[in-house]
Amino acid sequence: MVCDNCGSGDAVVHLTQIVNNEMSTYHLCEKCAAAKGLETSPESVNIPLTDFLAQMGQTSSGEEGDPEVTCDFCGLTFADFRETGRLGCPHCYATFETQLRGLLRRIHGATQHVGKVYLPPDPSANEMEKRLEGLRRKLQRAVDAEDFERAAELRDKIRDLEPAR
Amino acid sequence: MDELTPIPDHGLSWLEASGDHADIVLSTRVRVARNIQGYAFGPRARVNDREAVLKRFRDSAARTDGLRDGSLLELSELDSRFRHVLLERRLLTRELLGEGDGGPARGAAVLLSGRDPLSVLVNEEDHLRIQSLVSGLRLSEAWSFVDRLDEELGQELPFAYHHEFGYLTSCPTNVGTGLRASVFMHLPGLVLTKEIGRVLQGLGQVGLTFRGLYGEGSEVVGNFFQVSNQTTLGQTEEDLVDHLDKVVRQVIEYESKARQVLLRDARAVTEDKIWRAYGLLRYARSLSFEELMNLLSGVRLGASLKLLPGLRVYTLNKIMIFTQPAHLEQAAGRDLPPAENDVHRASYVRSVLASEGDVPPKGVGGDEFPERA
Repeated sequence: MVCDNCGSGDAVVHLTQIVNNEMSTYHLCEKCAAAKGLETSPESVNIPLTDFLAQMGQTSSGEEGDPEVTCDFCGLTFADFRETGRLGCPHCYATFETQLRGLLRRIHGATQHVGKVYLPPDPSANEMEKRLEGLRRKLQRAVDAEDFERAAELRDKIRDLEPAR
Repeated sequence: MDELTPIPDHGLSWLEASGDHADIVLSTRVRVARNIQGYAFGPRARVNDREAVLKRFRDSAARTDGLRDGSLLELSELDSRFRHVLLERRLLTRELLGEGDGGPARGAAVLLSGRDPLSVLVNEEDHLRIQSLVSGLRLSEAWSFVDRLDEELGQELPFAYHHEFGYLTSCPTNVGTGLRASVFMHLPGLVLTKEIGRVLQGLGQVGLTFRGLYGEGSEVVGNFFQVSNQTTLGQTEEDLVDHLDKVVRQVIEYESKARQVLLRDARAVTEDKIWRAYGLLRYARSLSFEELMNLLSGVRLGASLKLLPGLRVYTLNKIMIFTQPAHLEQAAGRDLPPAENDVHRASYVRSVLASEGDVPPKGVGGDEFPERA
């Protein structure tokens, strides 16, 4: 395919734009793409995480986070996280808890997980109760959806977990 | 293709064009991200972390019903072409392949279940990505597969979990449920009627996002879109899946309406586009992958509207996968420079259409062909 712009180069960049509800696609060679300031990676419609992270650096109210704070377990610093957008290990969530809460609220609109409750090998009574709640909710859903095979499976699971009465 | 023999169904059952709305929805994928306590996440993991993660996973898989009979493939042990075949079958991710980083990292692996449409990617960005890829629109079914395997593996391996944030992941955009559900849709009607922009904008407003053929950062080719949930925290897995299902069904309805508008207001042009696309695919001697995808889009629309009788959606799905570069090289048994690749591609398409997609021209033995009203 030839470049839409110069008509001679081999089109390697394919740009899809949505302007005023109309989608148009341009096929450009590397030179013309560079001239238009496009990199040879496709446009992403997602708001990049780094934008969130950059915003985070500007906000006040204790979310800012000392760039030197370091995770004891994996050695990741807050500055590293800001740069890559990736946490290093499960302990990072505890190390950067305060800053993360603000970030998660912006990304997900929430900070509290309400989905599956994970039951570690040696669960506390409280964890067990939460887990049972989740399973009962799923059971109700399966019954509503008339998925009786799944419902029977969940009923057995609940029975296994419920404390003997 | 000896190397594919150990893979159940060769990892292709998602092509079979079964499931709801298989002409518009190619496939449904649901995955959850899980990490094992005590090891750094993928990008920060050392070689011994990765090896330990793989070993613990391998041991657990051997005790897990859904995985016991599966095939565990360590990527560093596969040759590069075969890795790309797996990528083109959408069983691997570019990240796991380590493209640009000098090949797959030690411990990078994929386990394909011998029983269910399930696979587990090991040592990607997260230690485990448990996923189900199925044909057509089958979100709750795919989620059930993933949910069950996650339960089983969670009893074997201590997953990283936080009372407030839920399942912990390398990237904070996956934390909570760790769930990403995506539906791979073909929306030519909305593109041709120029309604697609509004629909895609609407997706953003209801917490969904879209991507191109190969996931994150890839472009939209041949009017194929992957629609998925944007957030993972603050809603239950079932709510995330149900919400996506509802919105996707709505999009299917819009797409069907757009197609009816095309047939009503621009029937001649639409038919012409479809038959031209078919003609090119049937007789061309050289096709780039991009050109092929655009032509397939037209032909797929024709098959879906019953304008190309006898052409099955399955045939078109198969063409789409087997004409990718690594598949063509695998079939040829050698590397193919791009120009040769295009020739092999056109030749494959011709032979498949001749054997299972020959469409009688209008008026010749085409009783089932719908005449213009």
